[in-house]
Amino acid sequence: MPDSKIRIVIAKPGLDGHDRGAKVVARALRDAGFEVIYTGLHQTPEMIANAAIQEDADAVGLSILSGAHMTLLPRLMDLLRQKRGGEIVVFAGGIIPEEDISALKTSGISEIFPPGTSLDVIVRWVREHVKPHGVKA
Amino acid sequence: MIDPKQLEELRQARRQWEATTLRGSLEQQPERALRFSTLSDMEIARLYAPDDLPAFDPARDLGLPGEYPFTRGIHSTMYRGRLWTMRQFAGFGSPEDSNRRFHYLLEHGQTGLSVAFDMPTLMGYDSDHARAQGEVGREGVAVDTLEDMEILFRGLPLDRITTSMTINAPANVLLAMYLVAAERAGFRRDQLGGTTQTDMLKEFIAQKEWIVPPRPSMRLIQDMLAFGTRELPRWNIISISGYHIREAGATAVQELAFTLADGIAYVQAGLDAGLAVDQFAPRLSFFFDCHNDLFEEIAKFRAARRLWSRIMRERFRAKSPRSWWLRFHTQTAGVSLTAQQPQNNIVRVTLQALAAVLGGTQSLHTNSMDETYALPTEEAVMIALRTQQIIAYESGATNTVDPLGGSYFVEALTNRVEAEAEAYIRKIDDLGGMVRAVELGYPQREIADASYRYQQQLERREKIVVGINEFAGPDVQPIQILRIDPQVERRQIERLQRVRKERDSRQARRALDALQRAGERGENTMDRVVDCVRAAATVGEICDVFRTVYGEYREPAII
Repeated sequence: MPDSKIRIVIAKPGLDGHDRGAKVVARALRDAGFEVIYTGLHQTPEMIANAAIQEDADAVGLSILSGAHMTLLPRLMDLLRQKRGGEIVVFAGGIIPEEDISALKTSGISEIFPPGTSLDVIVRWVREHVKPHGVKA
Repeated sequence: MIDPKQLEELRQARRQWEATTLRGSLEQQPERALRFSTLSDMEIARLYAPDDLPAFDPARDLGLPGEYPFTRGIHSTMYRGRLWTMRQFAGFGSPEDSNRRFHYLLEHGQTGLSVAFDMPTLMGYDSDHARAQGEVGREGVAVDTLEDMEILFRGLPLDRITTSMTINAPANVLLAMYLVAAERAGFRRDQLGGTTQTDMLKEFIAQKEWIVPPRPSMRLIQDMLAFGTRELPRWNIISISGYHIREAGATAVQELAFTLADGIAYVQAGLDAGLAVDQFAPRLSFFFDCHNDLFEEIAKFRAARRLWSRIMRERFRAKSPRSWWLRFHTQTAGVSLTAQQPQNNIVRVTLQALAAVLGGTQSLHTNSMDETYALPTEEAVMIALRTQQIIAYESGATNTVDPLGGSYFVEALTNRVEAEAEAYIRKIDDLGGMVRAVELGYPQREIADASYRYQQQLERREKIVVGINEFAGPDVQPIQILRIDPQVERRQIERLQRVRKERDSRQARRALDALQRAGERGENTMDRVVDCVRAAATVGEICDVFRTVYGEYREPAII
């Protein structure tokens, strides 16, 4: 098992209860040997930022299907920077139209996975882009 | 039933065919796979023949249409008498935006309304709640007060259309708002036809929009059942829903089994509230998903009718044939749509809608091709509605009742789906019923396991999705999508705050206090909710009373 120390928080920001994607990705990352912490549903950006810091996460994966991504995701990124979690790699997936992707990336999100992305692509991306604390990616 | 001698002859002939014709053919051209299976991974045989149905008894297993056990349909003429209701789920932005969309759909031949509410409304938060930020009007229409409800249905003939509202945790509040809005527009309660979803068990299992824990949720549903039975002869208080269960990753069998097990729990809740089964069971309706596997879906619908009618007649001793009916709405499978090559979705929706019609649905929503990006545009919705009209008027599927009845394959698959669903229902009975099973996380775990299994099958390309893991790219021209005006949230909050300022706040407070007392004393809360609505109390304020009385639900986070 490579990268066994990498800790990933999978979170569901906002009010939508569609957790199929979050759970499937969480299981796939766990099966790939990462340590995965799932926050559960209906998380505010504050709750997610706190969880990321408390869990000493190397990465945060967000799943959002409610259409509130342009409000909630940039706010989470601000909070992570304020809480000195700026080195945490953040990636996201869900119902996110293509034209919103560049603004989200400008806010600091490293990658957005569209619907239909294979688990393998996500696992490989995490292996490449997320390193344990203190190691430069 | 086939007599033993004839059965032996059939089997003999089959063995002979296998040894000669089939064998020769396989030698020349082996099959494409070692195993063929449905979308839900039920193994399917090469051929279905009379000897696959040795115990088949058409009188017992099918009956005639409109008669027990309703395998062939709940009406004797089905679509020859009346087509299904074409009911497109809609709602976005402000109540004004959604009201315009409703008028548009009715002008284009839609025959019933179906309202989607936004996430804050579904969770019982007002639009100015901190948790509502960025969510107002995004995934449905925002409704905070009676005034919003009145705008939403302005100018609509509520005595001539039926209205389905996809609302669960605060269903009591939204129903009360609909009643008061209709009353102020001059309609009587007994004229109002429609449905509130009110299916909290499937919320805890799959859709996950909740306010209070499972047991008090069931208590509030009992209040609604008693109120609806007394006041609303044309209203379906609960729409027992498999849709969200399937979308969350369940198999077809799990969808059917968990939905009927939820139904059993609601019937029991009605009985426990002191109602007689035939008083309220005829007004229970169902809501299923329809996915890509044509025959699995058709078998599911046929098995659903047969199973439910037996449950109602044998388990609950219902006497009225109306109580034995499984009436259902269908929505095509949102989860089957692909963001890649979105035009392909029109074809998927067509297949799914056809399966729903061949399965005997009473009403149908067809998804729009652009829904993996956002709520649908008007153009995309129109194609989806036209899809239903083409099936209804051009395909010939509506000319006869249950066109696939008697197909060896469809009957064998119907039997199998039924038997597997029954096994799940027995398991849930053994756990102590669905409320207990939900508290134990049993259906939630079964669904998560099934969805992960399916995703792994996709990864290994054992299941193919065109444009995703086979025949990928190049993407067709991107399609236009619906954007929600960011001003909607601000305007909605302004109206909400104006209503709060202008109302008689002491009257609102008194109504909310009376509701709290009714809840604490275990009295029926429904009339008190109506009083709150009349006093211009908001969705959030009324739901806060329930939070105070019963506490808030928190789901244990399990992968």
